[in-house]
Amino acid sequence: MNKKFLSVFVWIAIALLGAAALGGIALNRGESINAMWLITAALCVYAIAYRFYAAWIASKVLLVDPTRATPAERLDNGRDYVPSNRWIVFGHHFAAIAGPGPLVGPTLAAQFGYLPGTLWILIGAVLGGCVQDMVTLFFSTRRNGKSLGQMARDELGAIGGIAALIATLFIMIILIAVLGLVVVNAMKHSPWATSTVAATIPIAMLVGLYMRSIRPGRVLEGSLLGVVLLLLAVAGGGWIDHQPVLRELFNHPGLPLAWAVIGYGFAAAILPVWLLLAPRDYLSTYIKLGTVILLALAIIWLQPMIKMPALTQFIDGTGPIFGGKLFPFVFITIACGAISGFHALIASGTTPKLLSNERDIRMIGYGGMALESFVAIMAMIAATVLDPGIFFAINSPAGVVGKEAAAAVAKISSWGFPVTVEQMALLAQQMGETTLFARTGGAPSLAVGMASILGSAFGEGMLALWYHFAIMFEAIFILTTLDAGTRVGRFMLQDILGNIWPKLGETSWYPSVLLSSAIVVAAWGYFLYIGVIDPNGGVNILWPLFGISNQILAAIALCVATGILVKCGKLRHAWITALPLAWLVIITSSAVWEKITSPDVRIGFLAAANDLASKLAAGTLPPEKAAVAPTLIFNQRLDALLALFFICLLWLIVLDMLRVCARHLNGKPVPPLSEVPHQVTRLEEAWQRD
Amino acid sequence: MAKRLIAWLAHAWRNIRQLSGDDAYERYLAHHAARHAGSAPLSRREFFHQHQQQKWSGIKRCC
Repeated sequence: MNKKFLSVFVWIAIALLGAAALGGIALNRGESINAMWLITAALCVYAIAYRFYAAWIASKVLLVDPTRATPAERLDNGRDYVPSNRWIVFGHHFAAIAGPGPLVGPTLAAQFGYLPGTLWILIGAVLGGCVQDMVTLFFSTRRNGKSLGQMARDELGAIGGIAALIATLFIMIILIAVLGLVVVNAMKHSPWATSTVAATIPIAMLVGLYMRSIRPGRVLEGSLLGVVLLLLAVAGGGWIDHQPVLRELFNHPGLPLAWAVIGYGFAAAILPVWLLLAPRDYLSTYIKLGTVILLALAIIWLQPMIKMPALTQFIDGTGPIFGGKLFPFVFITIACGAISGFHALIASGTTPKLLSNERDIRMIGYGGMALESFVAIMAMIAATVLDPGIFFAINSPAGVVGKEAAAAVAKISSWGFPVTVEQMALLAQQMGETTLFARTGGAPSLAVGMASILGSAFGEGMLALWYHFAIMFEAIFILTTLDAGTRVGRFMLQDILGNIWPKLGETSWYPSVLLSSAIVVAAWGYFLYIGVIDPNGGVNILWPLFGISNQILAAIALCVATGILVKCGKLRHAWITALPLAWLVIITSSAVWEKITSPDVRIGFLAAANDLASKLAAGTLPPEKAAVAPTLIFNQRLDALLALFFICLLWLIVLDMLRVCARHLNGKPVPPLSEVPHQVTRLEEAWQRD
Repeated sequence: MAKRLIAWLAHAWRNIRQLSGDDAYERYLAHHAARHAGSAPLSRREFFHQHQQQKWSGIKRCC
């Protein structure tokens, strides 16, 4: 009784603390606040949501059954189906879902101020993203670890399955293009960053050789070697930067770097996995976990002040980083960290095959996403501890604020965010860069924010090292996503092409490997190329498209989950997935509507195309812009078509889900539930005997 | 006290090895001995090769 009383008391205290922190954040105006308010609010929100909402979903809606044998137990093959300790599964799951997305999105969305993005990250995660991950993991576990596409086909019908497959392929292509653009922008005219990122390739290969031939399977030894070499590469990049001849080898504008990334992507897709992809993934996982922990410790230790206002004037849609009003664009810009459809592919693939007991689903599905959401909060902090003037100077494309430094600072200062040329020059010098103006894409500003936090906490004198460490940290797992994504895209394409000519479906037949890899690389390479030649930086076009496609994938996952809940006779509780689904349908539909119909050239794809076309026809464009204008016009129209295609796909599957639900509720036949029958677990008693 | 610390460190080391996949081959051997005792297990090199090939044939990393 006493214990229960204490627990009630502790939870009331957490609720009050969380409410106070949230109230402090939301009601504060004019004064800068401490980042600890954000951290406190976030931790309290996650704790309460996990303890009460997630527990309620697990026990009352999903009816998680600890006595039921999981696929890992029933199908244990010592390889992909392996019953594992829940912390091990949590580690694998988190390493798989946490990529660069939650770092870039909040950085870009900080143009609205810290408040909208922070609230969406918190509310979106606990009511949307975490629920999506948890229910998808649960339903996949009950179906022997089937993929989202298979579940969509089995539970809703062929339309759902095809829609999920196509959405996945497209999101992959847009995702890789935008991430490639982020890396290119971070390396542009930066010999230090370029040489460090280039060094990660031979280092990964060396580690791959070590793990395969020198000491087969010694993963930890190889990884340790690689991490040490990576840190040396960061320091070595600084040395190269000071050599007049060597630095020119790595000093390139965007376009050659884009070609290098495209060539690298093709090579990575056709090389054997052990040589490049697998070792790079080990390295990126350790660097990622280490840096995230380091950043969290530094923020808690340093307790930095947030300098960005709660809301900026850019909520009216005139923001320099990307055009568009707060609604719906903050919800599109921050996908990963709030709700990310891509997670449903992980939660319905690898993870369910490792679960040893259904009771771990809450911790891994819901808890894993809560942790990723916390990473997004830290990215938001790293962006907003910068002086707003500096933040906008780094992130605003030259096409918006002007090419000359003096013009750019005048424009940014006129918005009420004072910044000077000297300030930017000093910052660039401290970070070991020639310039930090118009370094769009989010990576450089995140790196400056991280360097200032880590530098203050662990050594001010090493700002340039911290900056390039942060760039390497972002680049290494962006390139991992690029490798892995291209490869998955290749498999999916081969799967589709195999329906036309079976020989093309053979994943080990080399001509088919080359052909499908080339198609996938050409697809994302095209968008990357356009992004690089676009004077407005490209990120403002590609990132919203990526956000929309990722949210649409989330909506597909929530459609599958809602359909299953209704078919299980849980109509009364189907709102747990139907509510976030409805919200996603609203935000993606209105975002696509604006992207297609808006007369504002910075928002509407067609408006921008028409504007450029009329300028081209009138001959008012300078020659270098006139040369690329036809390509940009074509691309804007293609983007409009793509957005329209995405939204049609979404409505198709939503209507299909509603049709299946209506048929079920009217007693008409629907595809049967594909849940595997109950079988009692024997793992529990085996453990008790040990 | 020292004993408990050593036990804790050993436990943490086991978890790190399992999390990273460092002990994958040992776990495979244990599984093989338990389920397929009749046949010869793969060598460390063969196992690691197959393991990686299989690991990277699906969606493994996210945005």
